[in-house]
Amino acid sequence: MFRNQYDTDVTTWSPTGRLFQVEYAMEAVKQGSAAIGLRSRSHVVLACVNKAQSELSSHQKKIFKVDDHIGVAIAGLTADGRVLSRYMRSEAINHSFTYESPLHVGRLVVHLADKAQVCTQRSWKRPYGVGLLVGGLDESGAHLYYNCPSGNYFEYQAFAIGSRSQAAKTYLERRFESFGDSSREDLIKDAILAVRETLQGETLKSSLCTVSVLGVGEPFHFLDQETIQKVIDTFEKVPEDEEGEAGEGEAEAAAAAPAEQGGGGAGVGEPFHFLDQETIQKVIDTFEKVPEDEEGEAGEGEAEAAAAAPAEQGGGGAGDQDVAPMEM
Amino acid sequence: MTFTIPIDNGDSVKNAEADSQRTLYPYVTGTSIVAIKYKDGVLMASDMGGSYGSTLRYKNIERMKAIGKHSLLGASGEISDFQEILRYLDELVLNDNMWDDGNSLGPKEVHNYLTRVMYNRRNKFNPLWNTLVLGGVKNGESYLGMVSMIGVSFEDNHVATGFGNHLARPILRDEWHADLSFEDGVKLLEKCMRVLLYRDRSAINKLQIAKITEEGVTVSQPYSLNTFWEFKAFHNPTAGAEGSW
Repeated sequence: MFRNQYDTDVTTWSPTGRLFQVEYAMEAVKQGSAAIGLRSRSHVVLACVNKAQSELSSHQKKIFKVDDHIGVAIAGLTADGRVLSRYMRSEAINHSFTYESPLHVGRLVVHLADKAQVCTQRSWKRPYGVGLLVGGLDESGAHLYYNCPSGNYFEYQAFAIGSRSQAAKTYLERRFESFGDSSREDLIKDAILAVRETLQGETLKSSLCTVSVLGVGEPFHFLDQETIQKVIDTFEKVPEDEEGEAGEGEAEAAAAAPAEQGGGGAGVGEPFHFLDQETIQKVIDTFEKVPEDEEGEAGEGEAEAAAAAPAEQGGGGAGDQDVAPMEM
Repeated sequence: MTFTIPIDNGDSVKNAEADSQRTLYPYVTGTSIVAIKYKDGVLMASDMGGSYGSTLRYKNIERMKAIGKHSLLGASGEISDFQEILRYLDELVLNDNMWDDGNSLGPKEVHNYLTRVMYNRRNKFNPLWNTLVLGGVKNGESYLGMVSMIGVSFEDNHVATGFGNHLARPILRDEWHADLSFEDGVKLLEKCMRVLLYRDRSAINKLQIAKITEEGVTVSQPYSLNTFWEFKAFHNPTAGAEGSW
């Protein structure tokens, strides 16, 4: 897409009848990591690729429970997705409270689409930069919808959005006709296989994907790593090597992300506190064999400060400057 | 029951409009509604009277109405509040139809919506002075529930409002059973309505019976029950006390 004079705000039409800001918003969806949805007559499976900002961080949450009978997977600006998920939860629970009945999925997606449309027709707003795969079960059966930043929505038997989703779509296109009558287990397997397609050669591990299911007699819930790994094992034969272990380590970290803060100054049963100079030096001595000179200490000090950044404020700076913490 | 805390429009000594902001007492009222679940759905009976205090002023009031495709609403209490509720439900059903997506509000949803409305009005000390009976059938399942003016809400196999609670329900407790045929159901309701006719002074001998099944709602034409007044004790009522009447 090229820059042009009609793309500055969303309330400007181009001479060819396009709203470029809306189209750019749809590009944002394509940049997000893949999300996949499939449905049978009785179940809906939503799966996504766990993408983390860096190796050090945990992956972002891309699948949300909206109600016992509705789940949503997002791709694109996850912050926008989070806000829209909150809106959906609110609509679902308000309906449930007033009518003592689960909200029809088809009506929820229309509310969502109308909300997105508003942002395409106000000069002080911008379109939501997130695509939503809404899966749900109601009186009229199992449904899968895709909501666009443009305010359009479509119903699908199976769909994939986000980066490298075309590979997944190709896989789904070959198989979708059989999904209607698929068993729950086959549907889950197809979802994970579709996720594998988007990884383009990278080995599929349960730590790399999140899978959720809902269906007749089965409220929305996530499948745990073990269950996913078992399905993967039925078609992937990967030797348990270093990479595998690292992967599991990540899975552990990812799974426990909210609880662990990373060895800084706080932990389970251990209130926040600073480590004293002696303790720090002892740790340094286990790996640094450097003669005790001014520059050496400064270097190590900085390394320590970087590693324990949030918790320790005096480790590096105070070590070589002997000034009060206020300097920082 | 009186609702004595005013909506804040000043005191009603200086501001005559303060009290007229909220319902204090009912004016034109309907008496009991009796309803039962039966084999194919729900049967409901009511008379057609509207009392103005102790005067039986109106004799052609339909107190049972179809709501959407799947529900039937009967009301006792203030008739104007019943009409207001029908307007709310009309809007609700209209919006539901406008979705045009094959989904429709069932009796459970309507019942719960009404419970919310009645309870919220009660909380504002401005109630809709009705006891409502909501019956219906959706996807083969029968539903029968009741909501009072203070928002008390429940479901049961047979319900009655007003005097019906005291006179009809004991009969129903003894004689109701699951899978009543249409004829047996009507006979049972007529038995209850006859007792009410004899003993409830605001009842009139002009009643309707409504039926709701998977196919829809039918409200019968008004008709009267046979009554018997030829008891010996009625023949010369003043025999024991000459000069009285």
